Amino acid sequence: MSLTELKPLPVEEAAPVAGRGPLALAWRRLRRDPAAVASATVIAVLVAVALAAPLIAALTGHGPADQYRDTGLTPDGLPVPPSGRFWLGTDNLGRDVLVRVVYGTRISLLVGVAATVLAVAAGLVAGLVSGYFGGAVDTALARFMDVVLSFPFLLFAIALVSIAGPSLSVSVAVIAFFSWAAVGRIVRGQTLSIREREYIEAARSLGASDLRIMAVDVLPNLIAPVIVYGTLLIPVAIVFEATLSFLGLGVLPPTPSWGNMLADSLQYYQVAWWFALFPGLALLVTTLAFNLLGDAVRDALAPGSGRG
Amino acid sequence: MYRFVLRRLVFALLVLWLVSVAVFVLFFVAPHDPARMIAGRLATPETVALVRHRLGLDQPVLEQYLHFLGGLLHGDLGYSYYNSEPVTTLIAERIPVTLSLTLGAAIIWLLLGVAAGVIAARRPGTVLDRGITALVLAGLSTPPFLLGLLFLYVLFFRLHLAGVDWFPGGGYTPLTQDPLGWAQHLILPWLTLAVVSAATYARLTRTSLLEVLGEDYVRTARAKGVTERRVVYRHGLRAALTPVVTQLGIDVGTLLGGAIVTESVFGLPGLGQLAVQSVTTQDLPVIIGIVLLAALFIVLANIVVDAGYALLDPRVRLA
Repeated sequence: MSLTELKPLPVEEAAPVAGRGPLALAWRRLRRDPAAVASATVIAVLVAVALAAPLIAALTGHGPADQYRDTGLTPDGLPVPPSGRFWLGTDNLGRDVLVRVVYGTRISLLVGVAATVLAVAAGLVAGLVSGYFGGAVDTALARFMDVVLSFPFLLFAIALVSIAGPSLSVSVAVIAFFSWAAVGRIVRGQTLSIREREYIEAARSLGASDLRIMAVDVLPNLIAPVIVYGTLLIPVAIVFEATLSFLGLGVLPPTPSWGNMLADSLQYYQVAWWFALFPGLALLVTTLAFNLLGDAVRDALAPGSGRG
Repeated sequence: MYRFVLRRLVFALLVLWLVSVAVFVLFFVAPHDPARMIAGRLATPETVALVRHRLGLDQPVLEQYLHFLGGLLHGDLGYSYYNSEPVTTLIAERIPVTLSLTLGAAIIWLLLGVAAGVIAARRPGTVLDRGITALVLAGLSTPPFLLGLLFLYVLFFRLHLAGVDWFPGGGYTPLTQDPLGWAQHLILPWLTLAVVSAATYARLTRTSLLEVLGEDYVRTARAKGVTERRVVYRHGLRAALTPVVTQLGIDVGTLLGGAIVTESVFGLPGLGQLAVQSVTTQDLPVIIGIVLLAALFIVLANIVVDAGYALLDPRVRLA
């Protein structure tokens, strides 16, 4: 389907255009946005790197937790700079920074996506139920969301982690728990206004059940804001995970995560810039790509909202 | 107005109570034994039992909670499991550090963020606006510890190598002892927090101001010949600042409970550092104290913010 921009639309091409839904139109706009294409490409590369981590490790011959005390450390016991043997240098224990950064990609993407999916699912259900039914249910749920949002979340997350013991699944649960309420609030607001539309009334007068109305008539209208918010939540979750790991409360060593690598590098940044630079760069590129994509998705779904 | 404050205070107390219950429940559900940890690995069962008794951990959970709540109502948060100091003393020592860090940073990020947002909103679509938008995106994507590390490397270490020692690489000097040293030690932490946060504020200000400038009363103001400057600042910005103030309340409230990341990068002995330390040592009374204090700050900040709306935007009435 090619619509040239210079010529006025020929009449015969108008028919197929009319058949496009709002999501299909948004998809077209997204594909034409260079920022969206670029960030999506970066994310695709990151996913490929995460999947190919063992392959990259095999290529260098270094495992993510292997310590090379002879070749990977200077005679003084300091990290060695990037070289033919260690492409991105080594860390304070003589481990290959490249291999660890690559394995760290897995953790970041996994936690970022898993926590976001959980938070969005929980927020969607809570917001939908709250906004649709109203009354006491709404009051209770909305108040609960307010309470969760007024918790000092990083502090509480830290307390939670200390009690449950740090691990990957605890990180995901903690991040999801402190993110769902924001999604819930947005969904609730949207549902409140959709509920009053005439077609909902029409569905109800035709005898549709509450569940059916929520699933068939309300839910599709929530997809756009939820996709936008979800995309923008991923980088937040990734930074959250990195922060937990940075504070020693996320993924446990020796499993590499960008956050715990950066925490280790804090003592060595004066003698080994590569040790801090590469995990930091990986983190920055990842969050930047997701933020760019999120902005582009928002523009594509709601043209005219403008970037801000 | 009174009803508003009263209602908010009741909600605030509810939040604080829930936070205290949540921390307490979590701690007792968790499979660990602080008495065992404190007594040491080589302690006999008798010693452990003695420690447990001394800490009151051998009583029923409900009784322990009521005891804790009773103390709380008297402003007593109990004693640290570790150095037996009152929790209130430990916290009070740390508050000035976190307060200096947060308030200083907040002033910088408000100035930076709001200025950038206004500049961008006055000329939407121009190169300047696009540049600011790109910077905002970069700021939003940068975790504070990353920026802190960069500042440490460039502004402390590289400058130090070059023989310039303007910025210390960590530590804290009290304001009352040496005002200049205080500012010098805080400048990098301030910048770290402020630059990262300014991005959010620039984005909020820009979006909000653009929206407000499209409203009817702004058109009216322009039509009656008010200067553009006055339109933007008196009519536009004042109303546009509402979401900015909301965000400010959340951020300052959260940070006052401990600017955890910034404090740990720069080795500042604030509440955040105390929180991380207490968590690693499982020092429950201190953790509860800090979490409660942080929740209190957030709740108070929210009330101040809501009252602030009415001052900023004449259309807002508190009900």
